[in-house]
Amino acid sequence: MNFIAKFLSGVQEITFLLWRSVKGLWKGPRYFKETIAQMDSIGVGSLGIVSLTGFFTGGVLVLQAFPTLEYYGAQSSAGQSVATSLIRELGPVLTALMVAGRVGSAISAELGSMVVSQQIDAMRALGTSPVRKLVTPRIIALLITLPLLTFSADLVGIAGGGLVAKQIYGLDTNLYIQSAKFGIAMTDIIGGMVKPIIFGGIIGLVSCYKGLNTKGGTVGVGRSTTSAVVTSSVNIIIADFFLSKILQSLFSATIF
Amino acid sequence: MTLDIEVVHHHHAYETGETLVGEFGLPAIEFRNVELAFDDQVILDNISFTVRRGETKIVLGGSGSGKSTIINLILGLLKPDAGTILIDGEDVTDFDDQEMMRIRKNIGMVFQEGALFDSLSVYENVAYRLHEEKVDEEEVEHEVVRMLQFVNLEDAIDKMPSELSGGMRRRVGIARALVGNPSIVLFDEPTAGLDPPTARTICELAIKLRDLEDVSSIFVTHEMNNLEYLSSEYATLDRVGEVHFELEGERLCLLNTEVIMLKQGDIIFSGKDEQLRQTEDPYIRRFLRGK
Ligand SMILES: Nc1ncnc2c1ncn2[C@@H]1O[C@H](COP(=O)(O)OP(=O)(O)OP(=O)(O)O)[C@@H](O)[C@H]1O
Ligand SMILES: [Mg+2]
Repeated sequence: MNFIAKFLSGVQEITFLLWRSVKGLWKGPRYFKETIAQMDSIGVGSLGIVSLTGFFTGGVLVLQAFPTLEYYGAQSSAGQSVATSLIRELGPVLTALMVAGRVGSAISAELGSMVVSQQIDAMRALGTSPVRKLVTPRIIALLITLPLLTFSADLVGIAGGGLVAKQIYGLDTNLYIQSAKFGIAMTDIIGGMVKPIIFGGIIGLVSCYKGLNTKGGTVGVGRSTTSAVVTSSVNIIIADFFLSKILQSLFSATIF
Repeated sequence: MTLDIEVVHHHHAYETGETLVGEFGLPAIEFRNVELAFDDQVILDNISFTVRRGETKIVLGGSGSGKSTIINLILGLLKPDAGTILIDGEDVTDFDDQEMMRIRKNIGMVFQEGALFDSLSVYENVAYRLHEEKVDEEEVEHEVVRMLQFVNLEDAIDKMPSELSGGMRRRVGIARALVGNPSIVLFDEPTAGLDPPTARTICELAIKLRDLEDVSSIFVTHEMNNLEYLSSEYATLDRVGEVHFELEGERLCLLNTEVIMLKQGDIIFSGKDEQLRQTEDPYIRRFLRGK
């Protein structure tokens, strides 16, 4: 009972936070400078780890799938198999998880220590809304940069797969690229970009909510940071399942 | 009680436009039967008090007696369970954050621990309000320098908060609170943990605001020498514009300062400091002497 009540009130408060941060969009003041700064630290700052993750994921996909494909004489579709699994599933999910770990923790730690040291109170006392100044720019930055990061993870991943296919299994690079091109449908790309937008929203909302609701001093900051990463990661994976299902029904004519 | 009637009357007069005289008589801050509890712990129990325009109200009370809570209520960072809070005669009890923003523009707040923005320099901290209002940078700079001079910290203008000592942080907090010349300033234990000369400087700032700028303020403190300074000295300007502090009594003058004392969410004393010193109440006597 207590758990359910807590869960429901959490959902309610997060919805309310979403509403307030959206409201911050069409009624001024707007914080462009903050949003750009966040896009820089979230987007540019995460590019490295996200690309690295993509590269090795593409590589391991080929490493594992190639022998099986070879067994069925389907080596030539290695490109397609890597590209579709990356673009549909692994790219969006792994990128979101990496960003949840790197950015979600940073957001909730920063907001949490601002709560604990009364900087949030000071901000309100000085006439600024913390939601507009801190939450809205971070969520917008995530909504914009996560699809871009995912896109680059996909690209680097496909390249990594190609490299492994060439170096380890001696597959012709042109064949690989042809097959990857052939394998990617428009619906894959649309789905692969819709997911990171939703995931970005989840990371931003959850991390800001956890940070702003930090209680109990510096210990509380640690607690809300952990909780922000765990909660956004779990929600990303759950949301991924339902998003895939929805996208599949929407595009059922074209997928499989 | 008589005061309530007066306020209502003046407010009425103001609204109907018959006369504007009434506005001047409105208290800066007024609490009427304010109650607040967290879970089942009562924090404030039926609190009523008034801070007149230009008055400094010293709030005494032990740790946890509800002093910071009162200040948070004035700023609207907390909302009372019952009762009414008026700022400049306006009932702000049910104002949401958006409406409170307009009220807060007129209130300066000095936080117990400074609450400076870690990621901003001293300059940007003090300029915060002006930057938010998109004031011209030239004007911002002028105002920031003026405020830092007021708290004697011009040299720290380019430092980050982490490079400052506790007393310097507190003074930057004061400068930040005073930007925009608020007519109400709230000090939450501004001298706690500071050496006596720095503490004295902060009291002098509060006295200057009261006597030279006609600011209404609430000054929360535990320290008896703060009470002593604020209730026995006043600031004057001489012909060349230098500030002097004189003791009450050298010239006959009634200092615009009163004291309230809190004990576990109740006001147990309200009046002038002389009355406070003469009280027979054993709790207050122990608070004043420390034994
Ligand atoms: N957010 C909160 N949740 C629960 N209880 C709180 C909260 N904030 C304050 N309290 C309680 O309210 C009481 C009054 O706190 P307040 O901060 O007003 O005290 P104070 O008089 O300012 O003390 P100090 O001199 O130590 O600053 C304390 O008992 C405190 O435990
Ligand atoms: Mg306090």
